Amino acid sequence: MDGKRISGRRKLLIGLLKGLMLVCAALTCALVLFITIYVIARGIPNITWELLSTAPSYRRGSIGILPDILNTVYVIAAALCIVIPVGAGAAVYLTEYASNKRLVAVIEYAAETLSGIPSIIYGLVGMLFFCEFLNMQTSLLAGALTLVIMNLPTIMRTTQESLKTVPVSYREGAFGLGAGKWRVIRTVVLPGCIDGIITGCILSVGRILGESAALLFTAGFAHVLNGFFDGLASSGATLTVALYVYAKERGEFGVAFAAAAILMLLTLLVNRMAAGVGAMFKRRRNR
Amino acid sequence: MQKRKQFTETLIHGVFLLLGLITVGCVLLITVYLIVSGLPAIRQIGLVPFLFGKKWASTAAEPAYGILPFILTSVYGTAGAILLGVPVGFLTAVYLAKLAPPAVKAVVTEAVSLLAGIPSVVYGLVGMLILVPGIRALFHIPDGASLLAAIVVLAVMILPSIINVSVTALEAVPREYEDASLALGATPVETYFRVSVPAARSGIAAAVVLGVGRAIGEAMAVMMVSGNAPNMPSLFESVRFLTTAVASEMSYSGGLQRQALFSIALVLFLFIMMINAALNFFLKRSREA
Repeated sequence: MDGKRISGRRKLLIGLLKGLMLVCAALTCALVLFITIYVIARGIPNITWELLSTAPSYRRGSIGILPDILNTVYVIAAALCIVIPVGAGAAVYLTEYASNKRLVAVIEYAAETLSGIPSIIYGLVGMLFFCEFLNMQTSLLAGALTLVIMNLPTIMRTTQESLKTVPVSYREGAFGLGAGKWRVIRTVVLPGCIDGIITGCILSVGRILGESAALLFTAGFAHVLNGFFDGLASSGATLTVALYVYAKERGEFGVAFAAAAILMLLTLLVNRMAAGVGAMFKRRRNR
Repeated sequence: MQKRKQFTETLIHGVFLLLGLITVGCVLLITVYLIVSGLPAIRQIGLVPFLFGKKWASTAAEPAYGILPFILTSVYGTAGAILLGVPVGFLTAVYLAKLAPPAVKAVVTEAVSLLAGIPSVVYGLVGMLILVPGIRALFHIPDGASLLAAIVVLAVMILPSIINVSVTALEAVPREYEDASLALGATPVETYFRVSVPAARSGIAAAVVLGVGRAIGEAMAVMMVSGNAPNMPSLFESVRFLTTAVASEMSYSGGLQRQALFSIALVLFLFIMMINAALNFFLKRSREA
């Protein structure tokens, strides 16, 4: 391209657009960098062993976030246990069984609708349905079930995508050897979509880690140290909900920043894992 | 033996069908619950006074249940976030999809996905401690918790959605379009903005609509920076959104007040359904293009 043949006005416009693009991209990166460093820098000094390993005590006047960490783990475990079979099963139905195009369209539309609903509405309906109608009270289980509905579309989508990469010839080969439909699914289809399920799990863990509005009215905000099953049956705050309560209602910014720093580090970890797993599966598939 | 196998197959088919239908069941459950629990208060208060009443005083001796302040705050807040977030997100997306060297693209993409993963309460916390005092000092107002603070936080929060969807749309533009434009003597940058962007316009529209959905549905971050007073929206005043109206009173409400909160959620749900319909329209058009 000969620079001389371009008029000064065009050059100016091009330069301007290029500059604006660079500024915007730099701004985006700067925002990420700033938030990450600010939160981690203010949070790390507040993370002490006592904070991580105890429950809050009025008697000693100390705050500990161990119950909140455990509650987060419980909610993630319980939600994943339910959402994986349901989501993967729905995906298998859509790609392997469904022959009615209209039904497929309805299910896919429903999944899209679910992924657009804001978490506060999930929280409200979860409270009405699980806590009140099914009489579970405010409990981690009710929170986990609410999160199951929220994460259903994620697992469905990732599983469906990986099912599409299982070659039709594999299925035909198995059918040709006389295997029944269920056997083909069990031995050929399901092993092929493990990568999709794992990717979906990582994405769901990230989403549950950051969720607060859906849990506020379903799981509540108690900070009691419990085992897994007792924990599920009783009310409890996850890390995000605890962060909110300590920052907004109690003004304990030190604890809030400690929780925020832990959440940021976990988010970083989850993102790295998602990227790493994605790259690994891509490599394996191309081989 | 054959019969038993047949039976098992049918049974398993049934189980998978059931799992597939759970999604539909969930959508129906949410819709029915919101309508059933949201209508009584609207019927009692009256649709027009509820939607267009300018005063919300749910705990006053003579309670007033007008949600116009919340509706307008949500609309203005979302519009403000779009106004700030879309240009930045759009230009970043063009840069990432067309101009950025691979190494830079990898880094920025990673940053954007981190931005998407940050929990909304963390945005709220940073907003509370940096943005709110900053706005107070900059504009000399008594309290920085305001619509403006919420708009800035929302603008940052919708960036990843806008960037990711726009990049996908821009990358799907056929190479030939751009080659033709370059061959006619347009410079690369001119080509990106005059050819690639118009060709990806449906996808970019979908990105904006997705951003609208995210912004209007966000609750916790907004709750932490917007002050939460049920005022009519004004940039430097404490305001309450549709989402935060539900969240802030739910824990201590009862009777008509509680039912009115469900009605607010129903209004929010209707907004979201309209946005979803628009999103589907644009996504479909961009897939067909």
